[in-house]
Amino acid sequence: MNVLSERNEMNQSSSISAPDENPMVRFSGVTKRYGNLTVLDNLDLDVSANEMVSIIGPSGSGKTTVLRMLMTLETIDQGIIYVDGNPLTHMERNGEMVFANERYLRTQRNNIGMVFQQFNLFPHMTALENCIEAPINVLGLKRDEAEQRAIDLLRMVGMLGKKDEHPTRLSGGQQQRVAIARALAMRPKVMLLDEVTSALDPEVIGEVLNVIRALNSEHNLTMLMVTHQMGFAREISDRVCFFYKGKIAEQGTPDQIFNDPQNDRTKQFLSAVLDAN
Amino acid sequence: MEWRWDFAIEILPQMLGAMLNTLLAAGIGYGIALIVGLLLLLGQRTKYALLNMAVREVVEFVRSTPLIVQLFFVYFVAPQFGVVLSAWTSAMLTIGIHYGTYLSEVYRGGLEAVPRGQWEACRALNFSPARTYFRVVIPQALPASLPGMGNYLVGIFKDTPMLSTIGVVELMHTANALGAETYRYLEPYTMVGFMFLLISLPTAAGLRKFERYVGRALGVTK
Amino acid sequence: MSYIDFLFEFSPKLLTGAYITALQMLCASALAILVSLTFGLLRLSKNRLATGFATVYIEFFRGTSLLVQLYWIYYVLPLMGLTLDAFEAGFIAIGLNFGAYGAEIVRGSIQAVPKGQWEAATALNMSPSLRMRRIIIPQTFSILLPPASNLLVELLKATSLVALITVVDLMFVAKQINATTWLSAQTFGTALVIYYVMARFALTPFLRWLEILAARKVGKV
Repeated sequence: MNVLSERNEMNQSSSISAPDENPMVRFSGVTKRYGNLTVLDNLDLDVSANEMVSIIGPSGSGKTTVLRMLMTLETIDQGIIYVDGNPLTHMERNGEMVFANERYLRTQRNNIGMVFQQFNLFPHMTALENCIEAPINVLGLKRDEAEQRAIDLLRMVGMLGKKDEHPTRLSGGQQQRVAIARALAMRPKVMLLDEVTSALDPEVIGEVLNVIRALNSEHNLTMLMVTHQMGFAREISDRVCFFYKGKIAEQGTPDQIFNDPQNDRTKQFLSAVLDAN
Repeated sequence: MEWRWDFAIEILPQMLGAMLNTLLAAGIGYGIALIVGLLLLLGQRTKYALLNMAVREVVEFVRSTPLIVQLFFVYFVAPQFGVVLSAWTSAMLTIGIHYGTYLSEVYRGGLEAVPRGQWEACRALNFSPARTYFRVVIPQALPASLPGMGNYLVGIFKDTPMLSTIGVVELMHTANALGAETYRYLEPYTMVGFMFLLISLPTAAGLRKFERYVGRALGVTK
Repeated sequence: MSYIDFLFEFSPKLLTGAYITALQMLCASALAILVSLTFGLLRLSKNRLATGFATVYIEFFRGTSLLVQLYWIYYVLPLMGLTLDAFEAGFIAIGLNFGAYGAEIVRGSIQAVPKGQWEAATALNMSPSLRMRRIIIPQTFSILLPPASNLLVELLKATSLVALITVVDLMFVAKQINATTWLSAQTFGTALVIYYVMARFALTPFLRWLEILAARKVGKV
């Protein structure tokens, strides 16, 4: 059963070698600054449809900012981001590209879903209510339809039995699984996973990773994942990008990055992280 | 009724003179309240549980009842027992006690803001109680208490018009008298309002600055 | 005259005054809540004019004294053609004044809702108004109620000032009785106890109950 959008039988592994003519996500010369600090420096990054890209790197390297800009939680200073061929950060006005206003953003945001490090479930709503709120009020679904969709998704993440619980009664791992279902209920084309296991106790990380595994193998979603779980990134990704000081210092297949890194920074980072484990 | 500038200017000196009394009343009342607050705080932290509870109840009672009723109580009840208190004395006493209960809560909040670990560290270093309080606890409790202390200074100032009701000759009393004398209330009352605004706004802003200064001077805040 | 006799003779009158005090409290609270929400939300608006207007309102009503506002509304407004009876002038002055303090509580509690909640709502593509209505406001109640409770106790106490513009509330009745009997300790003492009972045993338990209800709503209890 596919509870997500229609299946697309495209081969995923081809996306690294040959440049994609129609990427699902395209960052083109994107720069982000906070005051004098340049968080992202002229970033170019294409992500193909159905590709799973992991973003790794030391803290402060701009990893999370990439996701937050794509979710339109941050504005960008230069460059442009496209999603599914349409400009996301900009819109056309009188033949010129200008920064997108809120109304335009609202036409584009449905393409993108995000799961946060701190879950950010709505505490005053049950698990089910969390999953139907936006489908009903944003997508305009009928209540029955939204509930059916939410129930299918909660079953998929193994949380159907807790659908009437408030988030405070759920463990971190359970909350994060509900958060994944909530994001999927909007049927996004692109899913953003922002350090989704970083706030979890070690013993519940596995249940969340299992859900992501299932999502990746059974459904067609373009995914960008910022993570500190190197083993998981290696196992699941089609491509790994190593960020350093606001730039992609190195990228390639998991095999290339983890077994044969070329960049000194990548080597240092990986040896430091793997030592710590 | 038209606003008359000539009348406003005519009564201005008298109003400004009365403003001095208002400021005096707020200042003295605040001074008493600061001390009463400290006593009420200590009264809740004694070895005697019963005394602590009684003081706590008194604080609750005073905080839950209106200042103006307390003002009348103090002013009119004393003579019943043969003690005649002047309007000023009654006013200062009432404000001191009323706001003292609020300030005792502010002090208490400040003490509670000092982490437990600080007390434990002092005990571990075998500091005397005096050293513990003056060198460790109070420097951390004070910045936490200052915003509340500042708010109640401004609060007392804004409550002083009530004192006119028992005959303290402050700003409101003067405005009432001028109104009764000339049958013009527009100018006196409006001027009272603006005079309060002109003092309370800069005072509040100054207090915020002072809080930051003290926090920085004690090295507790950035 | 023993205190028992005093109570027999004057308690009906004092209780009638207490009833007016309670009515003043209810009307003033309703107005204050309305004003708090309006100006609290205006303070957070992106429109400079709206925030400016709200700031001026809040600073003006907090910066001048309630008693001055009360006199002004009751004695000066009629000179400009707007005459209110004492009861109306009383609760309107108190409502406008406490609404200014309440607006700051509303603003603070909205800003205290964690940033992640705003972001999650945006990530689900909610419009700003839907986000405010369905996600943010429902979470402010548990943050807002403790300070709002303190403010409402202050409001109850502040209603005693309406006696000064001839509203026949508890304070007014007490002054009347005192003027005829000179039993000041009995009169004002009883009035103080009635205020205390209203604040401590009626208003406060009700507000605690609301706080628990709000905490339960966000799953905190």
